[in-house]
Amino acid sequence: MVSLAVVSLLVALPTVALLSAAPATQGLSSVFDSYTLSLLRFTVLQAVLSTLFSTALAVPVALALARRPQFFGRIWILRLMALPMGLPVLIGALGLIGIFGRQGLMNQMLLTLGLQQPISIYGLSGILLAHVFFNLPLACRLMLAGLERLPAEYWRLSASLGMRPLCVLRFIEAPALARILPGAAGLIFMLCATSFTLVLVLGGGPAATTLEVAIYQALRFDFDPARAVSLALLQMGLTACILYAISRLPPADITGAGEGRASRRFDGRGPGARFWDMAVIVTATLFLALPLAAIVTAGLKADLWRLVHLPAFHQATLTSLSIALMAGLSAILVSIGMIAAKAAVADLRNPPSALTLLSGLLSAQSSLVLLVPPVVLGTGWFLLVRPVFEVSRAAPLLVAAINMLMALPFVIRVLAPAFETHARRTDRLAASLNISGLARLRLIDWPILRRPLAMALSFAMALSLGDLGAVALFGSQDLVTLPWLVYSRLGSYRTNDADGLALILGLICLILTAIGTAGHREAK
Amino acid sequence: MSENTAVRLEEVRLGLGEARFAFDCTFAQGRITAITGPSGSGKSTLLNLVAGFEQPDHGRILIAGNDVTGQHPGARPLSLVFQDNNLFGHLDLFTNVGLGIHPGLRLSKDERQAVSVALKRVGLQGFEKRMPGTLSGGERQRAAFARALVRKRPLLLLDEPFAALDADLREAMAELLLDLHRESGNTILLVTHDRAEVERLADDVVSIDQGRVLDEAGKMPFPHKNMPG
Repeated sequence: MVSLAVVSLLVALPTVALLSAAPATQGLSSVFDSYTLSLLRFTVLQAVLSTLFSTALAVPVALALARRPQFFGRIWILRLMALPMGLPVLIGALGLIGIFGRQGLMNQMLLTLGLQQPISIYGLSGILLAHVFFNLPLACRLMLAGLERLPAEYWRLSASLGMRPLCVLRFIEAPALARILPGAAGLIFMLCATSFTLVLVLGGGPAATTLEVAIYQALRFDFDPARAVSLALLQMGLTACILYAISRLPPADITGAGEGRASRRFDGRGPGARFWDMAVIVTATLFLALPLAAIVTAGLKADLWRLVHLPAFHQATLTSLSIALMAGLSAILVSIGMIAAKAAVADLRNPPSALTLLSGLLSAQSSLVLLVPPVVLGTGWFLLVRPVFEVSRAAPLLVAAINMLMALPFVIRVLAPAFETHARRTDRLAASLNISGLARLRLIDWPILRRPLAMALSFAMALSLGDLGAVALFGSQDLVTLPWLVYSRLGSYRTNDADGLALILGLICLILTAIGTAGHREAK
Repeated sequence: MSENTAVRLEEVRLGLGEARFAFDCTFAQGRITAITGPSGSGKSTLLNLVAGFEQPDHGRILIAGNDVTGQHPGARPLSLVFQDNNLFGHLDLFTNVGLGIHPGLRLSKDERQAVSVALKRVGLQGFEKRMPGTLSGGERQRAAFARALVRKRPLLLLDEPFAALDADLREAMAELLLDLHRESGNTILLVTHDRAEVERLADDVVSIDQGRVLDEAGKMPFPHKNMPG
């Protein structure tokens, strides 16, 4: 009950603030001026294109990986594909600039080949490139999991029936992918439509700005809260439409995204198929690995020793870690409350309709959080807090609260199954032995649940550590987190420092994610 | 190689992880041979070797006198029915059976007709448009038999085809299998745990334990100690 109240408060209050502020602006006409419309158009356009490229390019990669269970280093390629999800977006962007930027590897290669127009990492092409970098692995893992879930008999049967690769594609692989594709595409579209950091770093200029970035600019540069409010409302309307569309799609099963359990395959033994699969896998691996390598090499070139001893670094690390810890712990507490409340309602034999409604609300909560992207959420809070006291004083708390809400869907996804299984296994036995209270916590719950808890905490902390959206709104001289430090160094053209700090931050986040996934794998 | 040998494993050896297999045996033409033995003894491995899903480290495999060692599963003259998942769940029965005739589903009018006839023969008349998910376990296995029927291959490999069905259904399915066998005169290798099934169906029994063939004769007294519950 309390958790629901907390979350509702945190989400609903700023939403109400936004809505009530809306009439104060000059009505709808100002919301839909030509510039705003072009923002909306660009937001949707880049999301559509990003989704198309990410999913379409992921298809051959997933097919090739599924067909080659024995491929050299396959398990490491799959782990590489999990990396972008644990990597702070800003750092991925730096890596991409290292490869595809003006001074990057790719453009130098193209120049030596005599091509005059190098790839531009900035503007639409850069945003698309970055979205593909982050979302192709996601799409690929979802599709691969879908292919690997097919019964092993399918592959034996198709081999025994003498199906050629095209027939296998038509009768087995394509239908399996078609089941995954809508959900995966919906998820990626949502991520791209609300993407903030990448557009902030790689976009820019009126031609390549999305709603989220425009909100930030309105609030931080133009000091135009009214405009921020109308843009935030527009963004909420957009995400609501997307969420509604996604809810009509078959869900993408994200659990257990392809790790190892590959089926034996008997098809694709010809030299052509072998060569194709190898080329696809190697290309995709390079596309993912090169920017990551660029982060490492660029980071090592920086004077890491000096950076580590900078007071600014100490301050930012301390701030980041305490915000992350606060966000992570509160996300866990709120999640536990929500899970417990749901379980309590489920335990009643004839729950009153009000309680059933409550339980439904709890289930819907994670998507409710998605409805209001962090930047929008921040705008609402910005408006709420500003009249009462100075924003900078409450800023750390607000950033932590927003990060907590961002982490909530993931934390619940990790904790809910673990808690439910644990309750099913132990509740009756513990009750019959009359073990309760602290004894139960110490003897029965903690030994089993500490692993999923640690995993959820590390995920939430990694998410909070890498977040630039919330801190971009509330950051100041008194509140500098690590990503904000990286971003401001980048802005003041101290790229060397930014590279070095990015490497450190990336490592911290990856270690946290690795702790999380290691627990996950053992739990399986 | 005698005229009436359908399948021959010649000094076949295979190592899979820790397990070692050594098979040297023949299966008679036009008969139903039950392959029995405890779990993990190598029954399914034997079948996989014949089907082409495993390649021997040593030795040869002959089907109808031809060396098929190293041949792709699709090139071997045989049909398969597993315990489960014999049908592609997202394709209707017509497609599932039709894929047995042509793996790209390019079917002539006569062949389309043959699919319907086969479905009727196994008791699934008019089920062409049904999806596997809407059928019972027994009906799905019937459809798998219909596909084996249209494939018209001289050798049929069955890997515990009735194990997922209940006893009554098993009996009816065994009857159907016998009928089809009598009509086509094909050779059947049947991996099974079920003693009643062996008695009802098998002309010959081959017992396997720890990766080797124990005995190979006509209907031998059953090696009770090797039978799991």
